[in-house]
Amino acid sequence: MTAQPAPHSRPQHAARAVSGRSRVLTMSGVDKVFGADVVALEGMELEVREGDFISLLGPSGCGKSTALRLIADLMPPTAGRIEWQGGFHPGDLGVVFQEPTLMPWATVAQNVWLPFRLRGKSFAAARDEVKEALDLVGLGRFMNAYPRELSGGMKMRVSIARAMVTHPRLILMDEPFAALDEITRFKLNNDLLQLKARIGCTVIFVTHSVFESVFLSDRIVVMAARPGRVIRELGVDEPYPRDEDFRTSADYAAHCRAASAALHEAMGDAA
Amino acid sequence: MSIAEDARHVPDGNAPPAQIDAEEARRARTRRIERIARWTLPALVMVLAIWGWHRVVTVNEIPHYILPGPGLVWESLVNDRAMLMDAAWLTFRITFMALILAVLGGAGLAILFNQSRMLEMSFYPYAVILQVTPVVAIAPLIFIYVESKIAGMLICAWIVAFFPVLSSTTLGLNSVDHNLRDLFKIYRASRWQRLVHLQLPSALPYFLGGLRIAGGLSLIGAVVAELVAGTGGIGSGLAFRIQEAGYRLNIARMFAALSLVAAMGVFIFAALSLVSHLLLRKWHESAVKRET
Ligand SMILES: Nc1ncnc2c1ncn2[C@@H]1O[C@H](COP(=O)(O)OP(=O)(O)OP(=O)(O)O)[C@@H](O)[C@H]1O
Ligand SMILES: [Mg+2]
Repeated sequence: MTAQPAPHSRPQHAARAVSGRSRVLTMSGVDKVFGADVVALEGMELEVREGDFISLLGPSGCGKSTALRLIADLMPPTAGRIEWQGGFHPGDLGVVFQEPTLMPWATVAQNVWLPFRLRGKSFAAARDEVKEALDLVGLGRFMNAYPRELSGGMKMRVSIARAMVTHPRLILMDEPFAALDEITRFKLNNDLLQLKARIGCTVIFVTHSVFESVFLSDRIVVMAARPGRVIRELGVDEPYPRDEDFRTSADYAAHCRAASAALHEAMGDAA
Repeated sequence: MSIAEDARHVPDGNAPPAQIDAEEARRARTRRIERIARWTLPALVMVLAIWGWHRVVTVNEIPHYILPGPGLVWESLVNDRAMLMDAAWLTFRITFMALILAVLGGAGLAILFNQSRMLEMSFYPYAVILQVTPVVAIAPLIFIYVESKIAGMLICAWIVAFFPVLSSTTLGLNSVDHNLRDLFKIYRASRWQRLVHLQLPSALPYFLGGLRIAGGLSLIGAVVAELVAGTGGIGSGLAFRIQEAGYRLNIARMFAALSLVAAMGVFIFAALSLVSHLLLRKWHESAVKRET
């Protein structure tokens, strides 16, 4: 945590983040220990502000998924606190898993309707929002298709539409594009940023890929394993929207080098 | 055959694609032959078997009270049709009612067990005991204590048929995708919502698999129950007719009644397979035809 500041390290960024945007969620001193001695996460501090796009980057087993599961309240932390500004309400959170995780027996529209349905909202009442969310991910024409009729990338889009249909305050994504081919992955990265520009969502995005994290996020939280912990936080102070040109720019390359170095440091620590 | 000729015409053309076409054509031909063979081969086997049966009986001059020829069996089927149809109808009714009860009982118990671990621990072992004890051994007891013949037969058939529904539905209810389960938790779904919107649909394919097995078993249960119950009051089913014809050395009628039992079993299996296909065709892999 107290390592020497890298070119784009925390203080710089924190100054910018504090300016105006309201806080969504704060993790302070969060530990998670499995069984007697598997320390999946130690002393995690994270402040999420409205409009943030945060990547958790790190080697396998460093507790990225654990952090998301703690935020989603799927299990309690061993120590520390996770606080939602203004309290948590159902619908505040959207989640995208590594697999599309759609209900195969339901149509695309019914899948996206799910968060509303579980809160007792009829399909008729939710229809417009469902349609809008599907239009945003470019699948407005597939309302009545079944998931098995879609390609892997399309299923992932449905999953994203479902996560954002309630206009949640925070969206968690756990390696959502890891199982897709590179072309589809680039396309979805671009689309995700366009989506963010349009609806201004706040995202925590888990990835193994340095390039993905630099392209997408304005903050990269680099983590190391055994025990799982945050070792560095990098800012990517490049304006959104970012497009294909950013991928080939010198700034992009510089950010990638910095993130790579931090990642190597993380892996070196683990060895 | 013309199929082979068709295929040979296809690949004539320019060189490289022609090879792929030939490959493709060969595969198409294999598929077509398979489709036809699926029906014609079993039919052919049946015709041959009946013909062989007929030859064996006539050549060796086997007396009809030992092995009647297929002609005699057919005659019996036609001449005794009123009696056999009545019997078949009774057996079918018992089987069908038992199957309905097995579905309600099996699926209902599975849901109860799934909702309450304590209930499951208390009663699951007894469900297993009921299942592993041969119904033939339980049936005489049942008819001592149960007054009504119909009720007794239903109980017998139910005992045999409910377990596959119970165990496969239980498996299905527990086979929910864990990410979907997490998603329901994140959206704060109630227990009831999780059951209705997640677990029951996930369990459907498993339930339908159990149902198909239960269909065959409830017929077996009904036949066993009839043999144990004997006749009286409610008329006679197919199994009783087989037994009775046996006492009278009317072997042809035995075969005729037996063939009806077999036909009924096939019919039940086919009907349940159709139901299963109709329910799953939209979304489940087992019912989806892949075009490869
Ligand atoms: N339910 C659990 N029970 C016991 N140990 C667990 C459990 N979940 C995770 N762990 C352990 O906690 C550590 C962190 O796991 P986690 O899944 O958070 O890593 P990750 O960073 O998401 O890795 P990956 O990139 O491979 O997904 C690992 O050592 C893992 O073995
Ligand atoms: Mg993970």
